[in-house]
Amino acid sequence: MSILIDETTPIIVQGMTGDKGSFHTKEMVEYGSNVVGGVTPGKGGSKHQGLPVFNTVKDAVEATGATTSITFVAPAFCADAIMEAADAGIRLICSITDGIPAQDMMRVKRYMRRYPKDRRPVMVGPNCAGIISPEKSMLGIMPGHIYLKGKVGVISRSGTLGYEAASQMKALGIGITTSVGIGGDPINGSSFLDHLQLFEDDPETEAVLIIGEIGGPQEAEASAWIKEHMKKPVVGFVAGLTAPKGRRMGHAGAIISAAGDSAAEKAEIMKSCGLTVAPNPSEFGSTVASVLSGKAEARAHI
Amino acid sequence: MDVHEYQAKELLAQFGVPVPKGAVAFSPDQAVYAATELGGWNWAVKAQIHAGARGKAGGIKLCKTYHDVREAASDLLGKRLVTIQTGPEGKPVQRVYIEVAEPFERELYLGYVLDRKAERIRVIASKRGGMEIEEVARTEPEAILQVLVEPAVGLQAFQARQLAFQLGLNIKQVQRAVTTIMNAYRAFRDCDATMLEINPLVVTKDDRVLALDAKMSFDDNALFRRHNVANMHDPSQQDPREAQAAEHNLNYIGLDGEIGCIVNGAGLAMATMDMIKHAGGSPANFLDVGGGASPERIATALKLVLSDPKVQAVLVNIFAGINRCDWVAKGVVQACQTVDVKVPLVVRLAGTNVEEGRKILAESGLKLITAETLAEAADKAVAAFKQMQEPARASA
Repeated sequence: MSILIDETTPIIVQGMTGDKGSFHTKEMVEYGSNVVGGVTPGKGGSKHQGLPVFNTVKDAVEATGATTSITFVAPAFCADAIMEAADAGIRLICSITDGIPAQDMMRVKRYMRRYPKDRRPVMVGPNCAGIISPEKSMLGIMPGHIYLKGKVGVISRSGTLGYEAASQMKALGIGITTSVGIGGDPINGSSFLDHLQLFEDDPETEAVLIIGEIGGPQEAEASAWIKEHMKKPVVGFVAGLTAPKGRRMGHAGAIISAAGDSAAEKAEIMKSCGLTVAPNPSEFGSTVASVLSGKAEARAHI
Repeated sequence: MDVHEYQAKELLAQFGVPVPKGAVAFSPDQAVYAATELGGWNWAVKAQIHAGARGKAGGIKLCKTYHDVREAASDLLGKRLVTIQTGPEGKPVQRVYIEVAEPFERELYLGYVLDRKAERIRVIASKRGGMEIEEVARTEPEAILQVLVEPAVGLQAFQARQLAFQLGLNIKQVQRAVTTIMNAYRAFRDCDATMLEINPLVVTKDDRVLALDAKMSFDDNALFRRHNVANMHDPSQQDPREAQAAEHNLNYIGLDGEIGCIVNGAGLAMATMDMIKHAGGSPANFLDVGGGASPERIATALKLVLSDPKVQAVLVNIFAGINRCDWVAKGVVQACQTVDVKVPLVVRLAGTNVEEGRKILAESGLKLITAETLAEAADKAVAAFKQMQEPARASA
C-alpha cells in the first residue's frame, strides 16, 4: 500500500490554467494520476486540457467528488487558496508554491485548527515537490521516472534532495511506497512527525528515510517520536553541515538560528534516538540497502 | 531582510512606539547640522550597520559638543566596523544616526519573534535590558518573560499588562509600557517582520518608556506587499557577490572556499557543499538557481560564480524536475562561449531529459568534466581543484 495518495485519489488542480499549472497537470495525467478538474476563478465552465474548470473549489468538489488538491497559485494568493480548499472539504492539500509569507502560513495553520483533529485536512508543503506513490499517482512536480515502486517510505524537506535519494535507491533496485516532500518553509503544513505514523501503520512500508536540513525543530521532534513509537527502521540525513550560522540557505526555513538547528547537532540527535544516519548525501541508497538487509538485527538491537 | 537601527525606529515611531529624537547623516557636516536641529547638550552618534554589539566595538560615541559630534562622525563614516556579530571583515559605515541622549533609570528588554515551533508570534521581555538576551537565557532563565500571541485575535492588552507588571513597573509606567508593547506588536505584524528587538527599552525619570535601540528583520517572502520596508534595503551591507546575485534573482551566499557551486534546489545545494567538504575540498558559495532555470539563468549563474577570484574549480549539479537537462546543458555551453572559463568545470546532470543534456555537452567540443553521480562529481571537482594548485605549488 501507499500512504496519502493512490491511483484512485481524485485530484483537482488549483491554478490549473496558468503556465506551471498547465505543464504539471499534463505531467500528472500522463503519470496516471486521477486528475478530475481544475479551479481558476473566472474561467469556470470552460475546459482545459480536456478537464473541466471551476470558479471555486466548492463547485469543483460538488461536481467531481475531489478529495485532494494541488496548488499552483502565486504566493500572494496561495494562503487564500489553501483555506478555500479546506473549507470546501478537501482532505489533502498539497502546495507547491514557493514564497508564501510566513505570517500567512501562521494564519493558515490557525484556520486548520478550527476542524477537530479527525476532520482536519492534511496539508503538505508549501515550497515542496509534492507527493508520489510510484506507479500509482503523482501529486507534484517531480520527474516521475526516477521513482521505483517498492517498500521504503521517504519524507524530505528538500525536493531535489528527495530526487537524489530516489535515484540512488533506484540504481540499487530499491523502491518506494510513497515519497512525501514536506517543503522548505519555516512553517509547514505538515512535518516529518505527521507522516511517520502513516508509514508505521502501512503494511507495505518496511523502512523509512527522512531527509532534513538545517533550521527548525522538526528533525529533533521526529527523532524523539521515532524512538518512542516506531518499530520500523528509520534512516536519517540532515543537509547543511557546511552551512554558516545565521544565513538563510535558499529555503526560507533553512537557517541556523538557535541551539540544535545545525546539521551536526540534528544528526547527533537522530543517532541518539536509534536512527541510522547516512554519512553523506551520496550514500542514501547504500544506507537504506544496509538497513533493509539487516532489518531484523536492527530491531533486536533496539 | 535586515534594516538599519534608524529605519527600524522610523517604522516603530509610525506605529506609536516612543523613540528618542534623532536624524540620520551621511557626512560630518550633516551630523553637526542634525545635532543643532535636534537641540540639547548630549548626543549619541551611532554607526549604522546591519549588526549588533556596536557599543563594545566603538560604534556608538557620546558627545557633549558640536565639535565632538563632528569628530565622532568623521571617525565612524567610511570605516569598516568590526563587532562580534560582523565577522572579521566588518561592515562599512556609510551613515550615522545622531540621537538626543536621554538619561534613563532602568534598562529593559522587549523582543518579538516568529516562533517556528509554536507557529505563532512570541513576545519576550526581561528586566535585564542592555545585555544579550541569549546570555540572560543561559545564566538567568527565570528573568525571561514571555507570552504567545493567538493568531486569530492578535496580542491582547491583558498579555501586555501581564508582562509590564512582571517587569516591576509602577502603574504610570505600566500604562505606557502596555501601549508600547501593543504598538510594537502592530509594527511587527503589519510590516511582516520575523524579528524585532528593542534592547534596551528604557524607563526615564519622568516615567516615560523609550526604545533606545531597535533591530528588525523582515520576511523576504512578504516584501511584495511591504514597499516601505523593501525601499529600506541597503546593498552596501551585503557581500557584493550576494548583492549582484540578488539583482538576477539568484539565491547566492558567499563562503570562503575555492570550489564554486551551481545547483538547483536549496537542499541539493547544501548537500553538494557537504559532498565537496567530504571529498576534501571547500565550497566557495551556496547557489540555488531555482526550479525553471533557463539557459540564460545558468549562464548568469556561471558568470557570477566565476567572478569570485578565489574560485579554482566549478561544480554544476542539476537534478532536473521542473528543470530540463537539455536547457541546463545549453546554458552551460552558452556561458562557456561568452565567458572565458579558465578553471575546470565539472558538470553533473540527472533527471528529466538527461540523455539529451549529456549529448549537448558531449557535442559542444568544450573541455568539460562530466559526472553521473553526486559523489563522482564532488570527487572530480576536488581532484580538478587540486590539480590547479599543483603548478602554483611547484613554482613557489
